[in-house]
Amino acid sequence: MTYAIRAEGLVRRFGATTALAGVDLAVPTGTVFGLLGPNGAGKTTAVRVLATLLAADEGHATVGGYDVRRDAHRVRQLIGLTGQYASVDENLTGTENLLLIGRLLGMSRGDARSRARQLLADFQLTDAAERAAKTYSGGMRRRLDLAASLVGRPQVLFLDEPTTGLDPRSRNELWDIVRNLVADGVTVLLTTQYLEEADQLAGEIAVVDHGRVIAQGTPEELKARTGGQVLAVRPIDPADLPTVLAITGEVTGAAPEVAQSTVAVPVNDPAVLPAVVRRLDAAEIAVAELALRSASLDEVFLSLTGHRAEQDAPTDADLERILV
Amino acid sequence: MSSATLAAPLAPARRPSLAAGLRHTFTLAWRSLVQIKHNPMELLDLSIQPVMFVLLFTYVFGTAIAGSPGDYLTFALPGIIVQNAFFATMTTGFGLNNDLTKGVFDRLQSLPVARWAPLAGRIVADTVKQAWSVALLLGVGMLLGFRVGTGFAGLLAAFALLLVFSLAASWISVLVGVLVSEPDKVQIFGFMVIFPLTFTSNAFVPTDKMPSWLQRWVEINPATILADALRGLLVSGPVAGPVARSLIWAAVLLAVFAPLAVRALRRRA
Ligand SMILES: Nc1ncnc2c1ncn2[C@@H]1O[C@H](COP(=O)(O)OP(=O)(O)O)[C@@H](O)[C@H]1O
Ligand SMILES: [Mg+2]
Repeated sequence: MTYAIRAEGLVRRFGATTALAGVDLAVPTGTVFGLLGPNGAGKTTAVRVLATLLAADEGHATVGGYDVRRDAHRVRQLIGLTGQYASVDENLTGTENLLLIGRLLGMSRGDARSRARQLLADFQLTDAAERAAKTYSGGMRRRLDLAASLVGRPQVLFLDEPTTGLDPRSRNELWDIVRNLVADGVTVLLTTQYLEEADQLAGEIAVVDHGRVIAQGTPEELKARTGGQVLAVRPIDPADLPTVLAITGEVTGAAPEVAQSTVAVPVNDPAVLPAVVRRLDAAEIAVAELALRSASLDEVFLSLTGHRAEQDAPTDADLERILV
Repeated sequence: MSSATLAAPLAPARRPSLAAGLRHTFTLAWRSLVQIKHNPMELLDLSIQPVMFVLLFTYVFGTAIAGSPGDYLTFALPGIIVQNAFFATMTTGFGLNNDLTKGVFDRLQSLPVARWAPLAGRIVADTVKQAWSVALLLGVGMLLGFRVGTGFAGLLAAFALLLVFSLAASWISVLVGVLVSEPDKVQIFGFMVIFPLTFTSNAFVPTDKMPSWLQRWVEINPATILADALRGLLVSGPVAGPVARSLIWAAVLLAVFAPLAVRALRRRA
């Protein structure tokens, strides 16, 4: 197997903060690799080191077989970078932004122009092509930003939280774009705070916290380690809570928790759902809500690290509601 | 498989050539200039502000300071050009800070582009903008009665001196642009430093009309020295002394601020 990205023992400090505390990564060519972690985990720092923007204090890394320090210029000829904040020039039009990149990459004027036209069409920006990017919506900016990182047909693409701040529709569009790129053989390193996003796109996920990789595996492996899914039941009458607690505990064989008048219990087997419904029915308990949702990043974190991620985990995005 | 069909070269270049670096510089300069199209305020900044200064100074202070607007213009236009050049250097730091805070700088750094090209591209573009506003100042000045007393060679030399000095002074702006957190702070810095600097020089008021305690500073103020050099090159009066002293100032600014700015940029990026 060849690796598009390899990192060994990357350490990077900022004053007293250790942003990377010894990170090892190996990303096979042609795959999507997810770096999953909360704010401040060190994801952006790792991307910046791999994309030659920042020197690591210790350790070394190669991209496409080239050392990111010694052969930075060669690495830059292979990579595309979409940073955490859309880094398009707001005072240029969509076309001009892409022309700029094409020309900097050494394309002729004609080639740069036709590449720009093609990318704008691929990303549904043709209508806005001649407008300054400052008039674009957040989703359009993100797409232009991604288009800009693809002008040179990179072999390795870095996407730093590409969907943070996007509405669900734009997010789905972006996911489709990433899937198409991988189908074309591009290697993608994606950072995200959302388990669902890593789950949708990545073949392999490394969970990072405080600058360390604390777990690594396929999405299925990681979810299995966290108890898979969570069943939530909220009775209409809070007086029924003890009964609900007893029923769910009995059916799942796990320890349910109560929060905000809702009973939550980890489940490994979705088949318990009908059983719970039947038992609640038999006990004549009216429920306001019965939901089976995938483990959130927060729960992954809780189970892996024993502490909660510092910031709120996504909620609605991860909910797969089954309304009864 | 035939290697001729491979899209990417097998062995990418180890570092960009000088020719490539210059190409990057001009592409990036194009980028800074084409922005004006979408940001008409910038064109106003570059055009209306200089013209407004000429009109205000000439007609508000002219008679009081020099007896007539025409005489005052002969004295003050070189000073106004100096002040305008100082303000123009601030656009370099403003644009750089914008790139740094918006992430555009990162994007450029991730491309196989010569490391010095983004800065050089800005400076080339800002030099073009500077040339435009100097030409405008001279044009308006001439309409109002300013006469070049030396000749075409003097005009060219004045322009060259102004560019050399601006290039050196831009490093202050680059340093500020790297250190502050948002573009507007570059402008605030510019106003806080440039107005006091030019108003305590002989740019607008002759040294002997200044309070005596200020005169010693006025004489060594770089704005005074540069204004005197431009007067010599454009109108009449000594040339060699003020030009030499302007160049020394430029060398000092370059020696002090270029290394500081480059170091700050490395640290921030
Ligand atoms: N340029 C910097 N200067 C100082 N501290 C930084 C810098 N960049 C990142 N950090 C710190 O390093 C840690 C990791 O940050 P980052 O890599 O941005 O995390 P993430 O992208 O996962 O949110 C954080 O504590 C952050 O405050
Ligand atoms: Mg980040």
